[in-house]
Amino acid sequence: MNRLLLAALLWLATLPAALPVFAQAGQQADAAPLQFHNAAEETRFHALAQQLRCVMCQNQSLADSNALIALQLRHEVLDLMRQGQSDAQIKDYLVQRYGEFVLYQPKFETSTWLLWVGPALLLLIGGVTVLVIVRKRKPTIGNVASDEGQEW
Amino acid sequence: MKASRWLPLAAFAVLAVLLAAGVWMSRNPDRDALPSALLNKPAPAFRLPVLHDPSYQVSLADLKGNPFLLNVWGSWCVECRVEHPVLTRFAETKRLRVVGYNWKDEPADALRWLEQFGNPYMVVLSDVEGRTALNWGIYGAPETFLVDAHGIIRWKHVGPLTDAIIQQQLLPQLRRIEAAR
Repeated sequence: MNRLLLAALLWLATLPAALPVFAQAGQQADAAPLQFHNAAEETRFHALAQQLRCVMCQNQSLADSNALIALQLRHEVLDLMRQGQSDAQIKDYLVQRYGEFVLYQPKFETSTWLLWVGPALLLLIGGVTVLVIVRKRKPTIGNVASDEGQEW
Repeated sequence: MKASRWLPLAAFAVLAVLLAAGVWMSRNPDRDALPSALLNKPAPAFRLPVLHDPSYQVSLADLKGNPFLLNVWGSWCVECRVEHPVLTRFAETKRLRVVGYNWKDEPADALRWLEQFGNPYMVVLSDVEGRTALNWGIYGAPETFLVDAHGIIRWKHVGPLTDAIIQQQLLPQLRRIEAAR
């Protein structure tokens, strides 16, 4: 039985590899690392790239991804930095083209309010629930407290 | 007191519905595809050489006036080969101009690819560096854009086109554009 289960799991694990729905660009792009002018530029670039999401492998940042589109976007980000654009301008550039999705911290908008407020909302609901339950229990505690005169 | 006994069950039911909704919403195989940020916005201007004769350049202004389909492909792209017969069938109906966008490809490879499988495109633009593609928000191939007569992007599909997608999404969108003119 366990063996069957193991076999099934192994088979399942191969599924994603069998579904290449969407292709990456060219295998021949230059994978040469970016050349930075100075340490400040490098620090700024890495900080910025960490905040941007790769559009191809969506669970990686632009800094981490090896997808070719990420490579190209990294070059683009560095170019824009050298043209004297601010971090906000570079983010805008990417959002205009690839959508809000590229930001790991999306802006607060009508479509994203639940994302931002959600956790606080859940905490509030949980807090209220706990409060209500605790309030309800109070009489029992009172009963326990009332026989304080008992000698131990 | 009775009501509170049912509370955990109710909470579980709500959670179960929520999770089921999540599973239901992720049934779409294209769920990773990003919606285009350029939808209903003017297509980015470009000027690109023609694959078959790089001395000619085509710009967005040259294509305006009637709707057209922009299909991003590359000879390195396996899924484009899957899409190719579908696209060819659609192009042969002459319903719409189909413009090819050869992305990050060696022109020689691209020409050989078209030689081998047939050329469904009215004209093929060549973007070897892929810089113009960034303006279009292109991040993979195949991708297909429907641009209206005024140069506004009306529809985008990420991944290979199928007959069903053409029938259920592209053609209704095209009819809407034509009705609005």
